[in-house]
Amino acid sequence: MAERYSRQERFAPIGKEGQALLAEKHVLIVGAGALGSANAEMLARAGIGRITIIDRDYIEWSNLARQQLYTEEDAASSRAKAKAAEARLKAINSTINVEGIAEEFDPENAELLLKDVDILIDGTDNFNTRFIINDAACKYKIPWIYGGCVKSDGISLSILPGQTPCLQCLIDQLPQDIETCETAGIIGPAVQVTAAYQTAECLKFLTGHSMSTHLVSFDVWGRQYSSIDVVKLKDPHCASCSDDAQFPYLKKEKGIRTAVLCGRNTVQVRPGRKENVNLERLAQRIEPFAGEARVNEVLLRFHMEEKRFVVFKDGRTLIHGVEDVQEAKKLYHRYVEA
Amino acid sequence: MNIQLNGRSIDLPDNVTTVLELLDSYDIKKKISVVEHNKEIIRRFDYEKAKLADGDKIEIVHFVGGG
Repeated sequence: MAERYSRQERFAPIGKEGQALLAEKHVLIVGAGALGSANAEMLARAGIGRITIIDRDYIEWSNLARQQLYTEEDAASSRAKAKAAEARLKAINSTINVEGIAEEFDPENAELLLKDVDILIDGTDNFNTRFIINDAACKYKIPWIYGGCVKSDGISLSILPGQTPCLQCLIDQLPQDIETCETAGIIGPAVQVTAAYQTAECLKFLTGHSMSTHLVSFDVWGRQYSSIDVVKLKDPHCASCSDDAQFPYLKKEKGIRTAVLCGRNTVQVRPGRKENVNLERLAQRIEPFAGEARVNEVLLRFHMEEKRFVVFKDGRTLIHGVEDVQEAKKLYHRYVEA
Repeated sequence: MNIQLNGRSIDLPDNVTTVLELLDSYDIKKKISVVEHNKEIIRRFDYEKAKLADGDKIEIVHFVGGG
């Protein structure tokens, strides 16, 4: 077993001392899609002592071309990504602690999730969640590493709250009409290079080295690369990372909340407060009307009115086949909440 | 006019004379970007004023959201 990390220890900037540090660290990965999977696998193999990975989604066939932790069996059974990732990471490295959480990262659970965390890795696919991550990381002074990829392009930036510019310093408004992996496509190599930059920065930070202040971007197909030192863009009046920060994205909303998952013809509906839904009982209730009601460890899926419903234990529901928020709310009230 | 864009030599058409026009010519004017002009970062509201000259070095990074 002592052999396990020998090549990584031979790498001078890490050494045996660095390896010992890695074993004591806790990394939180938000999102277990393509970037989350790639980062998680590298970090588990590298011997990070504790990895927590949170994801709100379940595995579909369209994920398998690039989300490296998952198998055909996972897609066939609509397994929650967080749970499948946990099992796979434990199989890769049984000597570390791994926990998968099948929930959404949101202002309600952010504080608890960031407790005892050394660094956060961005494995999300949307800017809504990234701005929540950014505010939470700034508030609790946890470094985080932004990563994004689409088509053959990727980008990454390390953020050290209070010292380097945060996402809000660089982007003062939520980007609109942005290309997503569903609308513009994505290839595996773009994921791997982006995750490689993220994991390398993470290993640097955890072994006591300084992270880069450069925003790096590339096109792995067109062979373009660019790197800009953004340290001067730190905004002294930033709403998220300055001394008088307001943390605008941590404000908790009340009542039912909805989110349109862009490019997926899907609306997510969340109850005002998290509650433990008895999925078996709900399945029995809708079984007479619904097509194929199936329950697994964390979710129930069924068909109704030509829509596909996926209900998680905490009441959060994905409704596929609908883009209108009002219609989604109606369907939610009718079949899930009743 | 010839510039270095993300490390590559590019010949610009005559109607591209500012950073804003350069972004527009690559259809990324509306995207959120960070632009460096001869090692100085240009603020978004200065894109129109930033005149390009032969031999300039430009780096453009635009944010992407997928993952």
